[in-house]
This record gives sequence, structure tokens and C-alpha cells, in this order.
Amino acid sequence: MTENDKALSVKAPSFLDYAPAPESTSVLHLKKHYGLFIDGEFVDGRGDAFTTISPATEKEIASISNANSADVDSAVAAARKAYDRTWSKLSGADRGKYLFRIARLVQERARELAVAESLDNGKPIKESRDVDVPLVAAWFFYYAGWADKLDYAGLGPNPQSLGVAAQVIPWNFPLLMLAWKIAPALAAGNTVVIKPAETTPLSAMIFAEILQQADLPKGVVNIVTGAGDTGHALVNHPDVNKVAFTGSTGVGRAIAKSVAGTGKKVTLELGGKAANIVFDDAPMDQAIEGIVNGIFFNQGHVCCAGSRLLVQENVHDEVVDRLKARLSTLRMGDPLDKNTDIGAINSKAQLDRIRELSDIGEAEGSERWTADCPIPENGFWFAPTIFTNVSTSSRIAREEVFGPVLSVLTFRTPAEAIAKSNNTPYGLSAGIWSEKGSRVLAVADKLRAGVIWANTFNRFDPASPFGGYKESGYGREGGRHGLASYLESAGWAAPAVTKGGKK
Amino acid sequence: MTRLTVPKTYKLYIGGKFPRSESGRTYEVTTKKGAFLANAALASRKDARDAVVAARAAVSGWSGATGYNRGQVLYRIAELLEGRREQFIDELMATESLSKSAATAQLDTAIDAWVWYAGWADKYVQVAGNGNPVSGPYFNLSTPEPSGVIAIVAPQDSSSLLGLVSVIAPALVSGNTVVVVAHQNAPLSAISLSEVLATSDVPGGVVNILTGSPAEIAPWLASHADVNGLDLAGAEQLEWVDLQIAAADTLKRVSGPVVGVPAPSIERVVQWTETKTVWHTKSLI
Repeated sequence: MTENDKALSVKAPSFLDYAPAPESTSVLHLKKHYGLFIDGEFVDGRGDAFTTISPATEKEIASISNANSADVDSAVAAARKAYDRTWSKLSGADRGKYLFRIARLVQERARELAVAESLDNGKPIKESRDVDVPLVAAWFFYYAGWADKLDYAGLGPNPQSLGVAAQVIPWNFPLLMLAWKIAPALAAGNTVVIKPAETTPLSAMIFAEILQQADLPKGVVNIVTGAGDTGHALVNHPDVNKVAFTGSTGVGRAIAKSVAGTGKKVTLELGGKAANIVFDDAPMDQAIEGIVNGIFFNQGHVCCAGSRLLVQENVHDEVVDRLKARLSTLRMGDPLDKNTDIGAINSKAQLDRIRELSDIGEAEGSERWTADCPIPENGFWFAPTIFTNVSTSSRIAREEVFGPVLSVLTFRTPAEAIAKSNNTPYGLSAGIWSEKGSRVLAVADKLRAGVIWANTFNRFDPASPFGGYKESGYGREGGRHGLASYLESAGWAAPAVTKGGKK
Repeated sequence: MTRLTVPKTYKLYIGGKFPRSESGRTYEVTTKKGAFLANAALASRKDARDAVVAARAAVSGWSGATGYNRGQVLYRIAELLEGRREQFIDELMATESLSKSAATAQLDTAIDAWVWYAGWADKYVQVAGNGNPVSGPYFNLSTPEPSGVIAIVAPQDSSSLLGLVSVIAPALVSGNTVVVVAHQNAPLSAISLSEVLATSDVPGGVVNILTGSPAEIAPWLASHADVNGLDLAGAEQLEWVDLQIAAADTLKRVSGPVVGVPAPSIERVVQWTETKTVWHTKSLI
């Protein structure tokens, strides 16, 4: 095919062509500059301000304050004061009411939050609108109800809050991760200093306005924006009692080292390299959709993404052919277009990382196939890509790519599928596709992963614990277990000890 | 004429066997007043690594046993301990210079701890697990599972037998296997406990007991990539922050030093478990 033919084939009209349907940005009333949110007010950071851009266009959206260690000190001091004077003295019922208020305000401003999120992160509006923001509201609703029911959290009577929580969240689900961190922390009675990722601070700033509308007591939630230095200052601050981090295994490891011996309670949600296992009796239509959702949802920027597809050998060709056909129908482009399936890669740095690992995959002998999508001129884009003939030792089968790149491996027996799935230092999630329930349960038993999706993938719910085995981190978010990450037991009753055979 | 006694040779307990230290080293165990009691094996780095290999190999069998089965095995340990009371009382009196009643009390408490933890094996999942009411047509269940291999520094202050039992029993309940460094100065009851374990129904490799210097062995266990959890209960006198930092390299779960002997608690069981949440679609009918 010549370049000219290729251009023509892309432009050839078909029933798959849709007119652009961009979501209106009129709901968004952005300020030119956002400060830090400390003690209930927006204040300017002392570091050099930075600019957040749209990864789809590289256009500047707003300038953001950069918090230095003195700013982190003020934020922690505000959180400590709020903990001592207000939040820890409030009844659980009242804490719950504040969380209910926040949940409602998130719902009221849902469209605005979704647009801001897609603009700043590059994710398709259909995902921010239909997945991220509804889950954010759900998270606050769920934990709101826990605030006055802590005695039932499974930690014995009267469990205690920890104090000030330092929370550092990633750029892939900026607002959702904020909700995962803040909702259980506040329900349990802690106060919070949270740092959003430097490439995606925007929705947190709108969330701060929501906290003002909710009239949340000053200092209960403080938001410091900045990069790694800000996060470092925050998690190592001597006056924080709890550290919660979601992000890379490398940074998680560094945090685990830096807080060693401090007595800070730590939860880490780190990387993953999930196996998505497809047996030959899988419900194939659903499986193809599930595989696509598993790895191409949110451009593959998902720590629990199903990035290693393990297909039973006898259905390998069928699955790969159908996947390629399905991927050819995905639309990549403007994140704010309601028809967009694949948005922009979040940053130049991440795009470079995905390109580098994909090139290594090819160099190591795997076969690369890329969906034929037109790539916009500006912004950061990576078309959905599948690698076949991937060996278990290949770097694309072992390292987290964190992009829309699927590695396909094969297996013959359930035992081989289990062995290959578990052959990774990670253990965050896994998928199983089979119509045979007894096989699904037996395989799920043997997989070393914290979340296992059978005949579905990438489902999240505030009532369902999420978190990893092995080097995918420790602690759980969501559900009763997620609440326990922000509480300590007031002490279990020790069993009666018999002495000399008598009670 | 008085009878010449037959002193016991104390060795390590690795993979269900009783090897000497591969290093050929021993150290002297004495009464508190300094009288010679025995030479114990001084475990080396290689012994620790062998113990981890044995513990890893035993994980699938032990964690795959039913809770009902594990509970019976733990109860069996209590039965055998009960039958060898005199030996343990004598050893505790000698190594810790205890009165007979104090040694008896420690043994009784240790036996009762086995019984208490035995009962948890088929129940802890119900207490620590959860059916989750997710918003959608899904079956969704969270259950705790053992973390894998747990390396332990047993309490070093007093109560050599009870301290050891208090840290290994809760790790075993869910199906973890353990490598434990015994009380350095009073290790004799630990090796006698291994004889109990070896003749009970505990599979070889599920419990591996090293005698010697925790300061020497613990760093190798803390940095070992095939260890999933590190219990520093008895590490107060060690550079335990360094051990915790070493453990962070492989993101091991770590539990810090405790004062005295940890009281029996379900928290000690659950701290060496992971929560697995399984989602399954429900069909529309």
C-alpha cells in the first residue's frame, strides 16, 4: 500500500465514521492560577509555579502552585490542628454527614469534574463521565455511612483513628484516587494532607472548592500540589501518622524504606502485571470485550490492567484475529469527544517509556501489530498495540508498560496458566475467562493476586477491597478492609489463660 | 555408683530434619549462673537459606490443607507437648533459672496457646473475610490467604518456649510456613519443641528452627527475596530499623518489636495474610 492509498483508506467513508461530538467545556470555569489548599483556603505555594497542560493538545490549562517543604509544614500543621481541635472531637454521625454532603456536591458538579479530568489527564470523556466521577461519588457515599459505625469494622470495639494521613496519588485516575484516599481517612476520623500528581492537579482544585461548599471544617483536608520533592517532604514529615501511596513499585519501595522505624502505618498500592487467562471454553464475545477493556481502558494507564493475555493454545489464533478486528474499530482522538475510545497518553515522559518498552519487545523477537489509527499532530498518542509470540522472559511480559500495549502468551493446561500467571514479582490482579464455574474457582484459588475478575475485568466498587500481594504493595482500599487501613484496634480481649488446670 | 548421664546433642531443625550447622559451629548454652548445659548449633547464613528453601517448598502443601486439618495438626502439637511436660519443665528451669512452678506456668500457657490458635484455623476466614455488596450483577467475595514464608526473630528477653510458640503458632494458622530464630541464650526448649513438631503431624519444612545469633542471621532473612513476611517480635536489641529497610527491597510485610511475649490475638493471625477479592459475573436469568 502506498502512503497515498493508506491516507485514502483511512479517509474512506464508512458507517463507522461519526461526526465529531465534543463535550462542551462551557461547564468549566477555570482560574488562570491555582494555589495550594491549606487550612480551608487557597494560598500561594512558595516554590516556582508550574503549568498543567492538556496531553491531547499540549496547550496550557492553568498554572499551579508548587509546594516546598515549608508549605508542607503548614499543611501538616493545619491538619494536626484540625485533628486535635475539631475532627477527632466530632461525632461519627457528623463526620458522616460531611461526607454525604461531599458525595452530593460531587454528583451536582459531575459534568464539570469529568470535563476537567479529561482535559487535564487525556482520558476519554465517556470514561471520566461514566466511570471515574460516578465512582468518586459512590466512594464518598459508601464511607459516609461507615463514620458512625466504626465498632462494626471488625477491629473490636471503639477502634481509634491514626491522626494525620499523608497521601500521595498518581496521575492515571486523579480524582478517583483522591476519593479512595480521602473518603475512608475522614470516615475513620483522620485528617489529611494529599498530594495530587504534578501532571493532573486540576480536578483536585475543583474538589477543594467542593470542600468549601460543603463547609468542611478548615484543615481537615489540605491539598499540596507539586512533584516528587513535595511528596518526599510530605511522607517523611515527622508529624504524620499514616502514609498512603498509590504509584510505582520503585517509589513505593523508597517510601517503605524512608518510613522504616518511624511507626507510621503505611499502605502501598503499587504496580502490576496482571495475567488475563482465556480458556478455550470462554464466552468468546464477552472475553474479547473484556480483554479490550482490561488493557485499553484509560489508555492502559491502570495498575491492575490485564497486560499479559494468556490464551489457551487451541484458541490463540481465533482470539488474536478477533482482537485485531475489534481494535480496528476503536476511535483514538480528542478526549472530550463523546465517541472517543482511546484518549491521549498522559505525558511525554510516559509516551517515551511506552515507546521504549515496545521497541524492546520487538527487538526481543515478539511480533508487533498496531491498530491503524490516524495520529493527531499535537499531543501524546500511542495507538493500541498487540505483541504476539511473547516469551515469558521478555521485558514486555515482565515489566509494567502502563500503556495500551498487550502481550499475548499461550498455555495448554490450567496448571501452566497458573504457573505463568504467578511468575511475576507483582500480584495485584488477574482475570479468568471460562464458562466452567468449577474451573474458575479452582484457578482463582491458586492465583497469587489481590483482585481476581472472572468473566469480567477492571470492575471497581467502594464495597470491594482492592490491593496487591507480593511487590504490588500492602494494605487494601475499599470496603471494610479499606477502612481498617485508617484505624487501629483499641486492643482485643486476650483469651482466658488456664493455670494449673483451673480457670 | 551413680549412673553417668547421656547428655543430649542439640541441633537445628530444617525441612523436618535435624542437621548440624553446615558451618560446623556451635555455641555454649549455660545456666544463668554460667554452668554448662549444652552446645547448641550456631546457625549460619547458609543454614538460614536452606531453611527458607525448605519453608517455601512446604507452602503449597500446608496452605492447601483444609482449615479443619490444620486445626487438628496444631492441636496435636498441644497433645504431644502435654505428654512431654517433665522434659520441658526441666529445660526451662535449667536455662532460665526458673522455679518449678514458673516453668510449669510457662509450659501450660504455651500448650494453651496452641489449643487456642488451633481453633482459629477453620474460623479466621469467616472473621477476616467478607461478602461484598457491590453495585452490579456480580458475586464478590474477599477472603484472607496466607502470605507465604514468614521469617521470625523469636522473643529474646524471657519465656523462651512461650515466646517461640506465641510467634510461630499464629503464622501457622492460615497456612504460612516459618523460619524462626530461637531465643539465643535459652534455645534448648526450642530444639525440644522441634522434636515434638517432627513427631506430630506437622509436615517437614512447615516450621524451621534456627539456633544461634539473631544479629547474625536476621539480616539474611530480612533481605531474602523468597521471604514474604518478617516478624521482628524479638528484635528490640537488634538494629531492627535496618532490618525493616532491608525488607522494603522486596516489599515484605513487617511486624515490629514487641515488649515481652505477644498475647494471643486474631490480629497476629491476620497480619500474615493477604486479602483476595474474587469477582464473578452473574448471568441475567
